[in-house]
Order: sequence, then C-alpha cells, then structure tokens
Amino acid sequence: MHNYRLTHLKELESESIHILREVAAQFEHPALLFSGGKDSIVCFHLARKAFFPAKVPFPLVHIDTGHNFPETMRFRDALVQEHSVTLIVGSVQESIDQGKVQEETGYHASRNKLQTVTLLDTIGTHKIDCAIGGGRRDEEKARAKERVFSHRDEFGQWDPKNQRPELWNLYNGRKRPGEHFRAFPISNWTEMDVWQYILHEDIAIPSIYFSHEREVFERDGVLYANSDFMRLKPEEKPYMRRVRFRTIGDMSCTGAVDSPAATLEEIIAEVASSRVTERGSRIDDKRSEAAMEDRKKEGYF
Amino acid sequence: MDLLRFTTAGSVDDGKSTLIGRLLFDSKAIFEDQLEAVERASAKRGTGEVDLSLLTDGLRAEREQGITIDVAYRYFATPKRKFIIADTPGHIQYTRNMVTGASTANLAIILVDARKGIQEQTNRHAFIASLLGIPHIVFCVNKMDLVDYDEAVFERIKGELEDFSSKLDVQDVRYIPISALKGDMVVQRGANMDWYQGPTLMYLLENIHIAGDINHIDRRLPVQYVIRPQDDRWHDYRGYAGRIAGGVFRVGDAVQVLPSGFASRIKSIDTEKGPLQEAFAPMSVTLTLEDEIDISRGDMLVSPNNLPETTQDVEVMLCWFNERPLVPNGKYALKHTSRDARCMVKEVKYKMDINSLHKLEGDKAIGMNDIGRISLRTTVPLSFDPYNRNRNTGSLILIDEGTNETVAAGMIV
Repeated sequence: MHNYRLTHLKELESESIHILREVAAQFEHPALLFSGGKDSIVCFHLARKAFFPAKVPFPLVHIDTGHNFPETMRFRDALVQEHSVTLIVGSVQESIDQGKVQEETGYHASRNKLQTVTLLDTIGTHKIDCAIGGGRRDEEKARAKERVFSHRDEFGQWDPKNQRPELWNLYNGRKRPGEHFRAFPISNWTEMDVWQYILHEDIAIPSIYFSHEREVFERDGVLYANSDFMRLKPEEKPYMRRVRFRTIGDMSCTGAVDSPAATLEEIIAEVASSRVTERGSRIDDKRSEAAMEDRKKEGYF
Repeated sequence: MDLLRFTTAGSVDDGKSTLIGRLLFDSKAIFEDQLEAVERASAKRGTGEVDLSLLTDGLRAEREQGITIDVAYRYFATPKRKFIIADTPGHIQYTRNMVTGASTANLAIILVDARKGIQEQTNRHAFIASLLGIPHIVFCVNKMDLVDYDEAVFERIKGELEDFSSKLDVQDVRYIPISALKGDMVVQRGANMDWYQGPTLMYLLENIHIAGDINHIDRRLPVQYVIRPQDDRWHDYRGYAGRIAGGVFRVGDAVQVLPSGFASRIKSIDTEKGPLQEAFAPMSVTLTLEDEIDISRGDMLVSPNNLPETTQDVEVMLCWFNERPLVPNGKYALKHTSRDARCMVKEVKYKMDINSLHKLEGDKAIGMNDIGRISLRTTVPLSFDPYNRNRNTGSLILIDEGTNETVAAGMIV
C-alpha cells in the first residue's frame, strides 16, 4: 500500500492550478496581472504548469506607474521574451496625460492610488472579464476576507459585505455584461510558502530581492531607494547601505530592509525569524487602518 | 510537512478569539506590526485589554460594529504542519458562514464554556460539522480556570457531548479541557489539570492522522479543461486536465468516460516537469488516453468497474444562503464538479430543526440559513458519489439565474 500524501506545497500548487484552469474555462478574456513581484511570478509559473504543454492561454497585464525599479522592468521583458507571452501595459503616465487622474504632489507623492484608474481602463479597453492577481489572504486583513473568485460591479467596485459564499472547490464566475472578476489563485499561500516554492521549483526572481548595495535615504523609519522619482527633504541625505526588498511595488511605495541575505535559503531563514510582516515595508498600506479595503473597494488590485 | 485545514466555530463569549490568538501567538504567527496595530486599535476603543478579534476582523464595518461578518482565513505553521484556520462567526449568518468554512475543513474545533455546558449553538455547530462531512471534531471545554479546573465538571460535560455526538455521523470525536486565557492544555499542558491524560490541543492538531480523510479508492477525474497546444511539436495532443476528485490513476489503467460511456486506457500523465506513472487525489493533472474520444469539460473519467451514480434525479441536503427564499418548483443554475447544468426543485421533503435535529415534515418553507432535504431534477445527468463517500463528487451549489448569486449548497444523499 502506497502512502498517498502531498506536501503542503504540492497541495497548494494543485489548488492553484485548479483555480487557474477554472478561470480559463469560465471566462472569455482572462488576463494575469503581472507586477514583476514574486507573487505574480509564482502565478505565472503555476499557469505554465496548468496548461502545459500548451502555452499560457491569456496575456500578462502590467500596470506601469512609470516609477519602477529598472531591475524589475528588465526581468519582466526577459520573461515575456523567453515564454513568448503577450504583454499588455497600462500606463499611469498616459492616464495623467489624458487628465483622467491628477498626480499627487508633495514629499509623500505616490502613484500607487492612481493605478486603480489605469487598471480599470485597461480592463475595459481589452475587454478583460477576469483579472488574475497574486494577492494572498495572509498579506493584509481586508484581503483575508476576499473570495478566490471575487466579483466586481460595472464600476469595478468590490462590495466586501455582499460577497458570494464560496464552498468546496466550486467557483461561481457568473456575471452580467460590463462586470468583471478578479481571481486569486494563491489566496491560501503565505509569504513563507511562496519563498519555499520559489526555492523548490527553482524560479527566477528579480535581483533586488537579494542583498545588494544601494543608495538609500531614511524617512519615517523606512529606507527608500534614492531615485529621480523621489523628492528629498533638505535634511534627508542619501547614503550607501546593504539592503534587499521583501516586496516589490513601485519605487515610491516600497521600503528596503537591512539584510545580508544573498541566497533563497538565507531569505527563507530571514523570513522565518522576522518579527514584522512583509507589508510592514509597504507605505501604501500605512496611510490608514483600512487603506487596503478602501483602495480595493474602488477597484485596486 | 502536510496541510491541515480546520474551522473554529463559536462566539466571542466562548473564548474563540482568545484561543486562536493563543495558537497564533504560541506558534509565532503574529508579527510585531500586527500586534502593534491591534494594540493601537484596542486603545482607541478604550476597552483596556488587547482585543485579539481585531486580528481577524479585517473589514471596516466589522471593526466599527465589533462583530465578525464573514469567514476569515488565518495561517500558521509549526515545524510539523501548516495550518489554515477558517474562523467563522457564531451569531450573524451563522449557518452560511459555518457551512462555508466547514466545506473544506479536515477538523472542527467546537468550544464549550465549562460554566455553561452544552448550549443550543453547541449542538448546531456539531450538527453542521457532521453534515459537512468534517472527519474530526474536537470539543474544547474552555474556561476550566473559572471552574477551579474541576475534573468532575469536565467529565459531566464530556458525557453530555458523547450522548449528543452518538446521533451524528462523525468518525472521530475528541474532548479536551482547556483554558485559552491561561493557556492550559492549548500548547502547554500547564500545572492545573494533572488528572487529564490526553493530548494538548496543539499536539492533537499537529499529529492527528488526516491522510485517510481523502478518498483514494474511487477513481474520479472531472474534466476541467481540454489542453490542445495545436503547434508543430504537439500536433495531435489532447490532454484532459483536472483535479483528481478520488482514487489513483496509473498509466495503462482502464477508464470510462461519463456520461457517454466510452472506454479507453490512460496513455500518459503529463506534467511540465516530465511524465508521471501514477497520480492521486487531490493532485491537479493532465491525462492523455489511448483512443480518440470526444471528451469535454464537465465529463468525468472513472474506473469502469467502480462507477459513480449517473442520473438526472438528485437528492440533496440543502443549506440556503439567500434572503430570497427557495422557490418551490423554481429553476436554478447548478455547479457540480466541473459540470454546469440547470435544475428544477421537484420537492422539499422536510426542513431540519438544527437545534433539536428534528425533521419538520410539515414545514417546507426554506429561507435563509435553513437546511432541508430536497429533490432536484437536472437538465443533464450528473455523475456523483454520496457526499459522505466523496466530498468532491458529492457536493454542488445552486445559483440564482437572475442575480448570479450563489444561493445554496447541496450535499448529495
């Protein structure tokens, strides 16, 4: 008698592949939201496994704030070329130029919130009926309540108090014209699961996840990468420091952490002993206690 | 390391949040910034104590009203296992939320207040856990510190719970005296209940045998998606992709396609990392067959000498979720495995009183949070096993065709 048991990573992988295939079967124009961060990279890897030996049957969508880390952009372009997938880019700069959104001003200006308008425009233009995201329930407390198949009304809004019950592995993707869905295949993964899986599957990730020397400056206890996109206060003096990034957003909303971790094994050891969450270095979440919920209701990732 | 999914049911009064908080604390799954955020929010409310429910109550409305609206999922791991908690509120929408949380759980923790003993909701929770086929139920008799850690109190409540559980269809029932507040028998044994010889809650969660909970006997693969690369290298490739719902599939095995009845053999089991010789539930796989047969999404590959039932007449225990009650003779969309169909409600046989477990044969109005036995007639044949034999092939949901809302969950009898 064999011992038919799956490890937790294999079980999570199987669940995620099932979700991705449901998306491909239930929707006409799905797309995978791809930021170049580890969670969307893992989603793409899972999608390749789900449809092998066929190609991934949906395009990648990158909402480009124009404030990206150059390393992430190079990684994105190399991945698109290697796997010959279609890439759709929604540009926040274009939304600004078209007058659809207004650039924030001041020292804390960020294009994070502006992305929502660009995202919904891109979804509309390309008639995307299901946008697949790398959101995880352990990341943030509003995400902890979100369904795997999450309904959006014709304005792209999420109604957290009126979500459809989601039971077993039965996902209800029915909708009216003009509405769309977000699907989260790695809902049940934790940060640790993602790192262990990246190690186990030998998945390539952008170099800035690993320890490197970088010019940074400190603001409100957060280490920011110095770049042309950031307006320094007079007292803020950039200096070189050995850091890495635990999450990757754009340069205006992601803080670096002090770290010597240069390999996946070292990153996993660091995550295991860390006493703060990965979103602790995300300035976009700290604007208020319900920052994520409020953005998500409007149609954010 | 494997994965255990469990559900916790009860209200704040039972000490549920305290228990989850303790499990998370003691397994170091709460981070400093989360704790600081909860401390800040608790201080704002001025309750004086750190309110751990704020960790799970993520929505603005929940924090403002101090209630849990929805199922919240929490994650933690010990060196032995990874855990997913479906934390369900005890009061509002209790059936809907409990059923949702229970649908994927291997184990249910049901809290009983040692001072109060069995309450109406204890029975309700235990019944829903058994109805949803959760293989392991752990009754935690909590607040033992408030009854002087008295063995007699625990034994009396345990006896009452045993009487009630004997009426339920559950394989494995356990009883643990705990104090979630003080920590006794949660992760540490503590020094107050030497009379209790059984495992602590954490020991049980880490070691309880769950591999046998999955059906590895009845070979079932609902076809979810047909993979056709249509390029030069894979010219004639047709792969049948899906998540194995039961049993084991090996290369060379005979399979039958339902509902068509065509037979073939498994030619290969393909993955991006190379072919496999065998695959088992709950793996997601892609199979190819020796013969070219017309197979599409919604069909099921099974073993020819172990067939599920295939029929358009289905009997279910139905949990109703929607404000708009079930319409007698109404038509609904239905999802079962990878099959989409429509159905008509033929008959409501009875409604359950889920507090007394009595069948109400005279009351057939099924409204929100009600559970009843229903006969359905489907537009196409469904291939299924009874729910208590296979949760994957024995479950279905109903969808209102006007609003597209999921209005009910059904367990096939």
